Amino acid sequence: MRLRHKLSKQRFFLYFFLVLGVLLFLVPMYMALITSLKDPAEINLARAWSLPKRLNWKSYIDAFDLLRPNFLNSVILSVTATLISALVGAVNGFVFSKNRFSGSELIFSFLLFGMFIPYQIILIPLFQVLRSIGLYGSLGGLILAHVIYGIPIVTLIFRNFYDQIPNSLVESARLDGCGFFSLLIRMFIPLSAPAFVVVGIWQFTQIWNEFLWGITLTRPEANPITVGLSKLAGGQAVSWNLPMAGSFIAGLPVLLIYIILGKYFIRGLLAGSVKG
Amino acid sequence: MAHSKKLKNRSDMVKAILVLLPSVVLVAVFVYGFIFNTIYVSLTDWGQGAGLAEHPVKHWVGLGNYRQLFSGFIYGRFRQDLVNTFFYSVILLVGTLFLGFLLAVLLDRKIRHEGFYRTIFLYPMALSFIVTGTIWRWLLAPNGGLNLLPTFLGLKKGEFLWISSRKAILTFNWQHLLSILFFIAALVFLMLLLRAVRNRIHRKMVIHSALFSSSLLLCAISRWLLPPLLPFEEIHGFNLATLGILLAAIWQYSGYTMALYLAGLRGLPESIRESSRMDGAGEFTYYWKIAIPNIKPITLSAVIILSHISLKMFDLIYAMAGADNANTGHPSVNMYLTTFRANQFAMGAAIAVILFIMAALFVIPYLMHSHKQRREG
Repeated sequence: MRLRHKLSKQRFFLYFFLVLGVLLFLVPMYMALITSLKDPAEINLARAWSLPKRLNWKSYIDAFDLLRPNFLNSVILSVTATLISALVGAVNGFVFSKNRFSGSELIFSFLLFGMFIPYQIILIPLFQVLRSIGLYGSLGGLILAHVIYGIPIVTLIFRNFYDQIPNSLVESARLDGCGFFSLLIRMFIPLSAPAFVVVGIWQFTQIWNEFLWGITLTRPEANPITVGLSKLAGGQAVSWNLPMAGSFIAGLPVLLIYIILGKYFIRGLLAGSVKG
Repeated sequence: MAHSKKLKNRSDMVKAILVLLPSVVLVAVFVYGFIFNTIYVSLTDWGQGAGLAEHPVKHWVGLGNYRQLFSGFIYGRFRQDLVNTFFYSVILLVGTLFLGFLLAVLLDRKIRHEGFYRTIFLYPMALSFIVTGTIWRWLLAPNGGLNLLPTFLGLKKGEFLWISSRKAILTFNWQHLLSILFFIAALVFLMLLLRAVRNRIHRKMVIHSALFSSSLLLCAISRWLLPPLLPFEEIHGFNLATLGILLAAIWQYSGYTMALYLAGLRGLPESIRESSRMDGAGEFTYYWKIAIPNIKPITLSAVIILSHISLKMFDLIYAMAGADNANTGHPSVNMYLTTFRANQFAMGAAIAVILFIMAALFVIPYLMHSHKQRREG
């Protein structure tokens, strides 16, 4: 009986700390939400923590009006680059997992190295090359960059996924006369829905959240959402309801993906944890 | 080893190589080629008038740009950036590993609604640094946000300038940097030596005492015999303005280490836990003496990932403090300013190369370690 009492006291502290942690982690979310819903006149530093007197949804409409072009750019950019990336990953992963040849492991390591570099080291030549092929400043250039520098991680995720498919299955399909491409298209791609989801979420989130290339490689009309938000929030005399509403708008797509497909998100995260 | 079965069919092999070719060529050019190109650019004088020319004229200057960065009078900001990088990395690592492990331990104990807590602790990770940085900037405003919290307890308002503070602690003169580094090395070896003495490992005692005395000697030599690193005095230190950015970064990434650690703790066999309980070990002893040593590989990869993230803090610093705030500076921010605002391409390339080398210092040992493990396993 005494043991049980002690245990329940322990449980109490356990949940106490967990709830405290939850509250602390939600503080920025709370702050952004109440500030974005306040009337601009009501926002002042001294009353930063208090709830809005009256809900003012107009900030969201105004912020979205300002961010609309950036939001659209980011949608086009993230969707296109993610789709291409996933296809490249499926093909590469198929080769490295089920079509090994001598030297293929070496090539795999060769490709993987790209994950571990800080992107500043390739930024200047990337800027120059995009300029000389006429893609600088446009969404096309960004899509190209995201697809190329995404090759290592998508190849890795697909290879790890295909490694779980038994070789015997492949052997018997080959005996039945399945060639390289029919094996890939008829069997492996249909089998790899989970890998497509993991890669899709990972790449989409990365590309949606990316900032460095957005600010250095695009002209204003092709700015993605992160650059749009930083411009909206920049400057000294901002009324904070707009940046806060803008933060929600910029964060919403990835947040929705995270909440709805959290399981796959974490799987991508752990797969990406070999990624530097 | 059915695993490493190689292709026998010749036409399949040709097809495999053909579909791989575009990726290999693109990576060869855009990763390897570009790295070498940046290294080359960093050894030239590309900048100023030729900055944005389509076909710029570049002259070879050797290591001149690097010499400027480390000893030129106007590049003091870069040297402070390096000091900041050290503190950004160390504090981010310690903070996220500690908090993440703590959260993982809390969640590891058959909690009801565990998924809910996990979702809350991990959600910041899904957001971009620009989004979280914008929100934290408001939260850390000097006269509002966090500084108001004490007033709810009837205390005085906080006065700390989270992002705009100009104070620095642990200050040192860059002229003495070498001797300070050797002194720190000597302290580390002294600690190792004491441990070896306590455990009576003779071989290690000899090695560590040799290392200890030689680093002490080098410390003295670099302090009194060698010329100073700079011809002028230059004070650097731990800028307190970085604390606000660190707070946001730790908030954002401790959920990530929690997820890594939780996966690791779940991976430990239940039998270990049972037997430690049979031996009368408490929960604390279990985590401290058994779990932590057993999930060392996870700590290792978390360290690699986080130190990599701390090298990429560009976005967060940009969103919270702006690129021009020298107190919160970071080489990545400096690289952006130097290259794309001042059009000093060669100097920007040199900063990028230094960043690359710093990343390599973390990543190469990790790659070697995991390669060794793969061969053993």
